[in-house]
Amino acid sequence: MIATEKVIIENISRRGFLQGMLSAGAFVLCARLIAEPVWAAASGGAGSVGASAFHPSVYVGIHTDGVVYIVAHRSEMGNGVRTSLPRILADELDADWSRVTVVQADGDAAYGSQDTDGSHSVREFFEPLREAGATARLMLVRAAAQQWGVPESQCVADPVHFVSDRSSSRRLGYGELAALAAKLPVPKKEELKFKSPQEWRYIGKPAAGYDLTDVCSGKALFGMDVRVDGMLYAAIAHPPVLGGKVGSVDDSATLKVIGVKKTIPIDPFKPPHAFQPLGGVAVIADNTFAAFKGRKNLKIEWDNGSNASYSSAEYKKELQSTARQPGKVLRTVGDPDAEFAKGGKLVEAEYFAPHLAHASMEPPVAVADVRGEKVTVWSPTQNPQGVQEEVAKALALKKENVTCHVTFLGGGFGRKSKPDYAVEAAVLSQKIGQPIKVIWSREDDIKFDYYHSVAAMYMKAALDDSGKPKAWLQRSVFPPIGSTFNATEVYGGAGEMSMGWSVVPFEVPNFRSENGQAVAHVRIGWLRSVANIYHAFAVQSFANELAYAANREPYDYLLTLIGSPRTLDVPQGPAGIGEKYPYDIGRLRRVAEIAAEKANWGKRKPGKGSGMGIAVHRSFFTYVASVVEVEVDDQGVVRIPHVYTAVDAGIVANPEMLRSQFEGAAVFGTSLARTGEITATTGAIDQSNFYDYQVARMNDAPRQVDVHIVESMAPPAGVGEPGVPPIAPAICNAIYAATGKRVRELPLMRNGFS
Amino acid sequence: MVHFKVNGRAQMFDGDPEMPLLWYLRDILGLTGTKFGCGMALCGACTVLQNGKAIRSCSKAMSTVEGLEITTIEGISANGPHPVQKAWAEVNVPQCGYCQPGQIMQAVSLLRSKPNPTDVDIDDGMAGNICRCGTYQRIRAAIKTAAKETA
Repeated sequence: MIATEKVIIENISRRGFLQGMLSAGAFVLCARLIAEPVWAAASGGAGSVGASAFHPSVYVGIHTDGVVYIVAHRSEMGNGVRTSLPRILADELDADWSRVTVVQADGDAAYGSQDTDGSHSVREFFEPLREAGATARLMLVRAAAQQWGVPESQCVADPVHFVSDRSSSRRLGYGELAALAAKLPVPKKEELKFKSPQEWRYIGKPAAGYDLTDVCSGKALFGMDVRVDGMLYAAIAHPPVLGGKVGSVDDSATLKVIGVKKTIPIDPFKPPHAFQPLGGVAVIADNTFAAFKGRKNLKIEWDNGSNASYSSAEYKKELQSTARQPGKVLRTVGDPDAEFAKGGKLVEAEYFAPHLAHASMEPPVAVADVRGEKVTVWSPTQNPQGVQEEVAKALALKKENVTCHVTFLGGGFGRKSKPDYAVEAAVLSQKIGQPIKVIWSREDDIKFDYYHSVAAMYMKAALDDSGKPKAWLQRSVFPPIGSTFNATEVYGGAGEMSMGWSVVPFEVPNFRSENGQAVAHVRIGWLRSVANIYHAFAVQSFANELAYAANREPYDYLLTLIGSPRTLDVPQGPAGIGEKYPYDIGRLRRVAEIAAEKANWGKRKPGKGSGMGIAVHRSFFTYVASVVEVEVDDQGVVRIPHVYTAVDAGIVANPEMLRSQFEGAAVFGTSLARTGEITATTGAIDQSNFYDYQVARMNDAPRQVDVHIVESMAPPAGVGEPGVPPIAPAICNAIYAATGKRVRELPLMRNGFS
Repeated sequence: MVHFKVNGRAQMFDGDPEMPLLWYLRDILGLTGTKFGCGMALCGACTVLQNGKAIRSCSKAMSTVEGLEITTIEGISANGPHPVQKAWAEVNVPQCGYCQPGQIMQAVSLLRSKPNPTDVDIDDGMAGNICRCGTYQRIRAAIKTAAKETA
């Protein structure tokens, strides 16, 4: 059912195409990448790319029939990359979008990083995609000029998908020009003529998802849906405590289940756990149900190891205690201690946010087929090269021998950046000599996640006579992501600390940020917007608390804190990224003003139990403000009739995708604020499925989320994640406005709200 | 041995009677449009129609399907997209899309019993279907669009 054969066309790297325009790595990868997508073959969709096809760049090939193939080397998980990225290229190419076929790339180091996380796909590839499109267009124009024997200046790529001769009515389609264009040298970048923003055909214009029809018809191939000939199914009993091992196994009842073939032990990991399988016992069966049922019948004595002492309730106290003590200093401005010593109005507050699980609708799943030295993996993954690397490591093979086909992802949110489940499938396939599909149940997903960090934050400010903070101290403590890769890591990494913690976007003359240490007892990973979640919760809640302490109207006070437009002095990111993306306080202020204006802030009289809250946050270089409206009844039931979000993400590739991402982010933020909580007792996770790890349903999600996009020509920034951080603090600030009750520890359900 | 119909075609099954319909559809018939989300009828990703009414196939044992007419997303419409699918596309509902077949099946069932659903009807009808991407407001809009078009 799944076609594994790929149609390899010409190797354009050998012919020197595009050198100097893209990095050498990106260039080579193109030629190897034009492949038939597994789902296109499965659904009898796209035809193959023939040997005479023209492939002028890493990302695009134009077939002689005029079909334009554009490679998506990032993963589609609802983020819209299979739509937004190709449309950038198609725009500069002046291609007809209805004649574009998007081809999903396998994992290949030649692409450079394919990690689809950190909200950087458009940010990173906006320019290369435009260059690729513009190059292809110019070569087509030159091909036409050569064909007609007229000067190039006389030819123009107009109408869409054609080149016309201005001096006559002649025109040639892109398909007709492909073979000739393929023989032309690649123009230099200086020769390219980029379209002006006014000429953009697709960039900045709303477009529905490329895969919309397949998704609505149930034809889109997710990892869960992959079926290959001879495939068996596996469910794995994982050690309930991180680092635990199998003591003894009795599989006699398992082997009696209809459809169960055998059980296979999986070795425990060697610390650090990183992306290695957790170990345990796999049940191999000829269907998923038999594997699940067989697993239920296993009798396993576990040797739980040292993390069995982990209790999240005790751990919370430890984190809070650490947060009250001086920590590692990240950044100091002025002399906050001297100001605190002078007295005045001091405000202190402690905040807490628990572990979270990703709970993507499609649990982790992968199919692997190991044949001697060669491995083929089909996986819903945000990190196909990670799959290659980890599978190769586990099987002691070369990475090049591992092919990773990327399916649609039924949600990712960072979980599917970690390829442990694909490694499990490969390890088992090698042992049984047959293709195997490893399926995680929802319980596996909730109990064996790479959890978003639990975090405790301590905040302190001294206010001057006008109520403005003259000194500000903030300290956060959380088990870091680094602990996943280095078992002894106890401090947050540069990435985590840059996420809303090293600096605050406020006018504060004396400031210090700190980080305290915390030892991890579960696997820590990144989850949609990562450390921004708890950091924004603390900073934006505290800003709101200060408003009341200063007897000021909260929105007005927030604007005072933000202050006048200026560039914030922020530690530089990698490769000059800070220069391209300065922290522009004016843009932050603007989104706050727009969100408040759209919400009619201060102009509506709230009813009993109603209130509005606002929070602002910049993450992934995008400026966001959300105003949340709540209604709280006498029983503490919180309803959210409206969220008003204003976004400045620079140039927006596809406003439709931006809107849906921010609508969804409001729901994601609502879930974590209301009910998001993972706890552990004697080292094992307490939650297991959607009844005890609840996520927002239609009736408790915000009823309406309005997304207002700030028109901007700044470089494109992130869209997938930055909508999440302001939601929880804005909800809590709204609840305070509505009820006078301050929520300092998430989730709401632990505060008498539901 | 149980006899039943899936998408109008007669089928029979004599395997483990405890097997949920979901895994029969997916692993044995290869109809993978119906998704696995929770296995406990908590999320609605596995929603199919039983004699026209939405059920959770993950919690429907094969021993209980005798004589039933089951419809999956693959069998929802013989000629082109169903009006609900059209509405889903018009409103551009999906993000990752994994839950959407279940959402669509639930909406089809809802509209059969309530051709002009109110917001409360939609909440009541759809609250059992989780979308982790958070497409709820578009789902609501699409159901209203479909209601108008089929009215």
